[in-house]
Amino acid sequence: MAKKIRVLIAKPGLDGHDRGAKIIARALRDAGMEVIYTGLRQTPEMIAEAALQEDVDVVGLSILSGAHMTLLPRIVTMLRDKGLTDVRVFAGGIIPDEDVEPLKQAGVTGVFGPGTNTDHVVEFIRDQFKDAQ
Amino acid sequence: MAALIDRALAGDRRSLARLISRVENGGPDSWSALSIVYPRTGRARIIGITGSPGTGKSTLVSEIAKLYRAEKLTVGIVAVDPTSPFSGGAVLGDRIRMRDLAGDAGVFIRSMATRGSLGGLARATTDVVKVLDAAGYDVIVIETVGAGQSEIDIARTADTVIVVEAPGLGDEVQAIKAGILEIADILVVNKADRDGAQSTVNALHAMIDLGTTHNRTLHHGALMEVNSASGSRARHTARDGMRTVTAEQSQNSDRWYPPILMTIATEGKGIDKVIEAIGQHRQYLIDQPEGQQRVRARVSIELELILGESLLNRLLAGLGSQAIDHAIDQVMKREIDPYTAVEQLQAAAQVRA
Repeated sequence: MAKKIRVLIAKPGLDGHDRGAKIIARALRDAGMEVIYTGLRQTPEMIAEAALQEDVDVVGLSILSGAHMTLLPRIVTMLRDKGLTDVRVFAGGIIPDEDVEPLKQAGVTGVFGPGTNTDHVVEFIRDQFKDAQ
Repeated sequence: MAALIDRALAGDRRSLARLISRVENGGPDSWSALSIVYPRTGRARIIGITGSPGTGKSTLVSEIAKLYRAEKLTVGIVAVDPTSPFSGGAVLGDRIRMRDLAGDAGVFIRSMATRGSLGGLARATTDVVKVLDAAGYDVIVIETVGAGQSEIDIARTADTVIVVEAPGLGDEVQAIKAGILEIADILVVNKADRDGAQSTVNALHAMIDLGTTHNRTLHHGALMEVNSASGSRARHTARDGMRTVTAEQSQNSDRWYPPILMTIATEGKGIDKVIEAIGQHRQYLIDQPEGQQRVRARVSIELELILGESLLNRLLAGLGSQAIDHAIDQVMKREIDPYTAVEQLQAAAQVRA
């Protein structure tokens, strides 16, 4: 059997809106991926540990609270500290344009704002694994 | 691969997760891993939790795990959710209800998609359980997909099967249908604070009585000893107004009667009784011949499945896809029937082998 792409979708921080996260989860499922959805209000440690246990290829983070510049780099660092060096990280939610470049520097490979076509996210993830598939 | 297995079994969680993926993805890689892992299995107690969607399985799993952790036992959890038959993808959401366990190094949770299996588990669930067993987890809890009536694979994977019901999901006719209720070692009526909980308990109770009439007799307020056809003695107590069979009463007989327990998992209520019943069932399997019979049946089914898979793979590899496509074409055009086609394919494979 061909290896399935496994994706963890998580919501770090304290905001309680997970509609976007659920839409992405559904879209990735429809694209044939296995999506582990962890629910609301996850700490960076919880997210990194879940990614480790589930042996995912990709971590998608949905954040609307404005704390992305603190939380997202911390999650990337924790993933790397746990030895998940090749796990790709992308983010969605309310992220101002000027923060996108610094986040990419910090290891968040893709940043998707409101109104992003879900196909675009699917393509982005598939692109990352073109060689592996 | 050997190095990965060594690290995984030595307690490295990252390696354990990767080993589980290898095993989950199947193929020769996974077989060689499992043959190394197998001698180190057999120590964990394996508990299966099944029941209809929405009965509160995940929350119950989480609460059960918490109590075992309080006893300083380590817990592995395998939570299975369905794969979409159309896209092959899946959304695995059982972790949402298990957030209380996050951050506990004595717990390892793994979500699995069924990947086409229909029995309530993934094909590789049993193998993943073996890996967790060998890695030293004391208790392994398997949560099946939201199962209806015939998803009973869990019965050949777990030592103790808990079937979770909730009030208002079905009437008495549901309770006497064949299938999932028959595999229960313990019945849990969760959401017991809801209306109708007692009537669900009553319906289950009636079902168990119906199913065991040959072995026992119930009488108001009396403890009765009855000789069943096989000559084994079975005792059972029933009291007016107390319709729930307790785990203790179950244990007092030579054969196991599934206790019916009420829980409110979201508040952690009644879980201690579930843990107690699991312990008693475990003791029963140790004391009674049924324990060994179960293990034997489990190994027998497992060997049959692996043998079938292995033979099929070898046959398909020997034939090549062309021969099979040709057979499909012939059957579609009704030139031959499927049974003759299979005979011809088998004959062709034997000639080549």
